[in-house]
Amino acid sequence: MNKTANSKAWLFVIPMVVLVAFNALIPLMTVVNYSVQETFGDNVFFWEGMKWFEQVLRSDRFHESFLRQFAFTGMILLIEIPLGILVALSMPRKGPWVSVCLVLMALPLLIPWNVVGAMWNIFALPDTGLLGRMINGLGIHYNFTQGPVAAWATTVVMDVWHWTSLVVLLAYAGLCSIPEAYYQAAKIDGASAWAVFRHIQLPKMKRVLTIAILLRFMDSFMIYTEPFVLTGGGPGNTTTFLSIDLVKIALGQFDLGPAAAMSLIYFLIVLLVCWIFYTLMMRGEAK
Amino acid sequence: MKNAKLLVTLLYILFLMLPIYWLLNMSFKTTNEILGTFSLWPMNFTLDNYIKIFTDPTWYNGYLNSITYVVINTVISVTVALPAAYAFSRYRFLGDKHLFFWLLTNRMAPPAVFALPFFQLYSATGLFDTHIAVALAHCLFNIPLAVWILEGFMSGVPKELDETAYLDGYSFWRFFVKIFIPTIAAGIGVAAFFCFMYSWVELLLAKTLTSVAAKPIAATMTRTASTAGYELGLLAAAGALTIIPGAFVIYFVRNYIAKGFALGRV
Repeated sequence: MNKTANSKAWLFVIPMVVLVAFNALIPLMTVVNYSVQETFGDNVFFWEGMKWFEQVLRSDRFHESFLRQFAFTGMILLIEIPLGILVALSMPRKGPWVSVCLVLMALPLLIPWNVVGAMWNIFALPDTGLLGRMINGLGIHYNFTQGPVAAWATTVVMDVWHWTSLVVLLAYAGLCSIPEAYYQAAKIDGASAWAVFRHIQLPKMKRVLTIAILLRFMDSFMIYTEPFVLTGGGPGNTTTFLSIDLVKIALGQFDLGPAAAMSLIYFLIVLLVCWIFYTLMMRGEAK
Repeated sequence: MKNAKLLVTLLYILFLMLPIYWLLNMSFKTTNEILGTFSLWPMNFTLDNYIKIFTDPTWYNGYLNSITYVVINTVISVTVALPAAYAFSRYRFLGDKHLFFWLLTNRMAPPAVFALPFFQLYSATGLFDTHIAVALAHCLFNIPLAVWILEGFMSGVPKELDETAYLDGYSFWRFFVKIFIPTIAAGIGVAAFFCFMYSWVELLLAKTLTSVAAKPIAATMTRTASTAGYELGLLAAAGALTIIPGAFVIYFVRNYIAKGFALGRV
């Protein structure tokens, strides 16, 4: 759409800018402040320069939780995106069952995150949980509170359970926007199911899938509550993701400087990845 | 082919329902039964867990608090996002692209980064432990999302609509309220749904910004898990009840979601 140049449009965005800036800029400046200073309490601060940044970037602890975070995000994206597309393709396109499917599938999205954690805790406990009982019944030793592999697997499956539906909803919306005529044309040409998917459905879903990947990347990279309630970051540190580690340092040990430096590095990484995505998305759209 | 599709859908829904079924199952059991025996349905069916929640003010107030700030936040976010999204979809102005990206970056900020500064900011402004504090804090990620979604919908509405209305002698605000808003009602529904959803499920900021008066239900639950022993049945009942408002909202917007997404650019 060709837009009209109009500087008064700023008046429309001012309320939004004020509200978001109040919530974003003041806390961000506070974090920047902490990240370059040292305090021993009593609101007395000393200038420290880049010391905290160097410390965080060199610490093994940060490297480890960072790697864990990347592994986790990569893993859930690899599972959730294809699974979400598969389910969206399998869903009925019309009929009374559509709303039933949609309502049931959207249900996990609206459960508070700590309830998700608590629910999976109850579900997967080896002695009283259904999942724990079933896996142990198969002869596999499973205890997510003690085994690192089991803890990882449970956290990943929990996230798949929690968020795949978002991908399904978005992909399904993309599929619904394809006119029936396209399919008829494909049928006349004798196109295989794969060809229909590759040349009609996938291109039409490209935009919604970009949004799905972007949202899933951002949200899984910030994940805190669910694994915190499920495993508490354990056993040991095996499921301590970036946010959990950050809260441990900031509110647990009250090491404000390192925590603030880590916050900024963390934020910048998310920003960088999203900027790359965003640019690619905009470029794709301009074509 | 048809059967395979049905199978995939059913298996997926089964996978989604299992943990919820188990939560419900637990919520109707006594703590003794949960710890003592393993059964697929409650042997001594009890409503005690639910009765406790509905009679104890610390529990049911948690629900009221959560719903209060979620509704305030949804109203604020959508109201503020509407004109902003209109500006982004219709006009070119100084710094519009940068402003839009800046907005999205706030959606990307991990709440863990902001937890402590938020606590200090809202303590300093005297808003700590009020519903409005949580509602305002959640604007950080809900306004960008609402603007993003609404902008998509508005760009789908042809500009001729605006121009025709002006030719018919409508003033801007009359056009906006009487014609434009009803046209993108589906988009507003979807945006409100997402604001409700993200505000309802978020806990880290909600917990940080409240202590007693505005404590969300989700935070009440964490307390139970730690202090009053491990009352699994009560925890399960409280969890099961948190699903209801969400289910209610989904039911109302179920048609909008599929249609709305397809209509808008989203």
